[in-house]
Amino acid sequence: MGFKEAVESEKFLVTAEVGPGKGTEIQGLLEDAELLKDRVDAINVTDLQSSVMRLGSLAVSHILADKGIEPVYQLTCRDRNRLALQSDLLSAWVLGIKNVLALTGDHPVLGDHPEAMPVFDLDSVSLLQTIKTMNSGHDLAGNEFNGAPDFFPGAVVNPGADAGAGLEMQIIKLEKKIEAGARFIQTQGVFDLNSFEKFMKRVEGFKVPVLGGVIMLKSAGMARFMNSKVAGISVPEAQIKAMAETKDKVRTSVEIASGLVRGMKDMCRGVHIMAIGWEKKVPMVLEEAGLK
Amino acid sequence: MMVAEAKPLAEIQGMIQGYRKILIAGCGTCVTVCLSGGAQQVEILAASLRTAGKQQGLAWEINEETQLRQCDPMFVQQIRDRTGEYDAVLSMACGAGVQTMAETLGDIPVLPALDTLFFGGADGQGGFVELCAACGQCILSRTGGVCPVARCAKGLTDGPCGGAQAGKCEVAKDTPCAWQLIYVRLLRLGQLHLLKESTPPKARRVHPARLVREG
Ligand code: SF4
Ligand code: SF4
Repeated sequence: MGFKEAVESEKFLVTAEVGPGKGTEIQGLLEDAELLKDRVDAINVTDLQSSVMRLGSLAVSHILADKGIEPVYQLTCRDRNRLALQSDLLSAWVLGIKNVLALTGDHPVLGDHPEAMPVFDLDSVSLLQTIKTMNSGHDLAGNEFNGAPDFFPGAVVNPGADAGAGLEMQIIKLEKKIEAGARFIQTQGVFDLNSFEKFMKRVEGFKVPVLGGVIMLKSAGMARFMNSKVAGISVPEAQIKAMAETKDKVRTSVEIASGLVRGMKDMCRGVHIMAIGWEKKVPMVLEEAGLK
Repeated sequence: MMVAEAKPLAEIQGMIQGYRKILIAGCGTCVTVCLSGGAQQVEILAASLRTAGKQQGLAWEINEETQLRQCDPMFVQQIRDRTGEYDAVLSMACGAGVQTMAETLGDIPVLPALDTLFFGGADGQGGFVELCAACGQCILSRTGGVCPVARCAKGLTDGPCGGAQAGKCEVAKDTPCAWQLIYVRLLRLGQLHLLKESTPPKARRVHPARLVREG
């Protein structure tokens, strides 16, 4: 079953994520993807995550697709204007890529080339509209295609945005993304199931499948770093303490992640697991959560 | 107004190294208000360069002059006769002033003593903030009077990214997220419904822009 069919079915969805590295070495990434292949519905390929220059998501998504592993091609508006975005999308389609996750992208100043020009000619909403237009056989200027793609577009939301204005605007923007054609939603990493449940109640009426984000903690330090630096992430003190005191970090990380996955089973349509280098541990998380 | 700040003295010295007789020209408009290039700053820069020149054994002859507005040829014309005797003019105007002066004076190098930063206003604490990016299609009526083009680090016109933390932008902890400000203003104006409207991507403006007045 392809990812689109899985999303359109009733099944509980599982996606994972791989991050292309700095340089041309992809052996490790391919091993991780092979290992996850039969356990997940699709694998996201990140697009210069955190604005750090790396191997591109288009090439890696293509290689995965060639190997029969269904990619979710992440595409940000950070580095490309509307010409390049549309052209890359056409390229993606002819390279066998069907699923696209439309993102605004982080600001370049957060990455390793802070002097780079931030593009943001489009944003996540207008990128989704662009994909919709392209699916209908036209480019943004209204010119007709000789051969059109048929992408399955998705979007993200940050359920942990600042309470009040931040969260209200996330929800309004999510509605715009869905109107612009998003067919599935993956969320930023969730650590607190109670507030996630409240968020899910707010978006219940939107009728688009939501995959709750689960980030695997690697250490207490990483958790504290994310709490202070990553918007929308707040790892509870109890989880930080567990990671700090454990003798077996992998074990504890898997326990925390699988607990979150188990909790999400009744709250949303699936989970998106971001292992950030611990991709090989994802099967343990799924097994422990009762999803083989 | 145009907001600018003085270049480091060493950089200015480097620019004027090869010249002997130099006119430092201030501007009486924006850069006077933001305390970067008015008569007072001209006086200070002239004094610093004279001292530096002496220390380095350079025979700089430096004079001072401040125009009302360097970005208007009419005002620059007024000193044209007097500039013939100089090897270079060191302008303390914004980039628009430097260029207008260079074009008006024609055959004398006009060098920038300031770095022009942005269009902005006073922040009420002695500093200045960027407020407008001259995008050519003002949308302030839809954003509660807060400009997301100039004040959102990504120039997003259709709602915030997911990067704000405690109301601050992802690029710096002391920079308010423009969309947070927009939300608060729309709330006070009773216009939160505007957030639900989609703003199509802007047509990017072609540089250089012009404004032509007939007759
Ligand atoms: S929208 Fe912003 S940048 Fe554009 S003209 Fe208005 S204030 Fe200036
Ligand atoms: S945090 Fe706010 S101001 Fe900063 S880039 Fe995102 S939306 Fe724009």
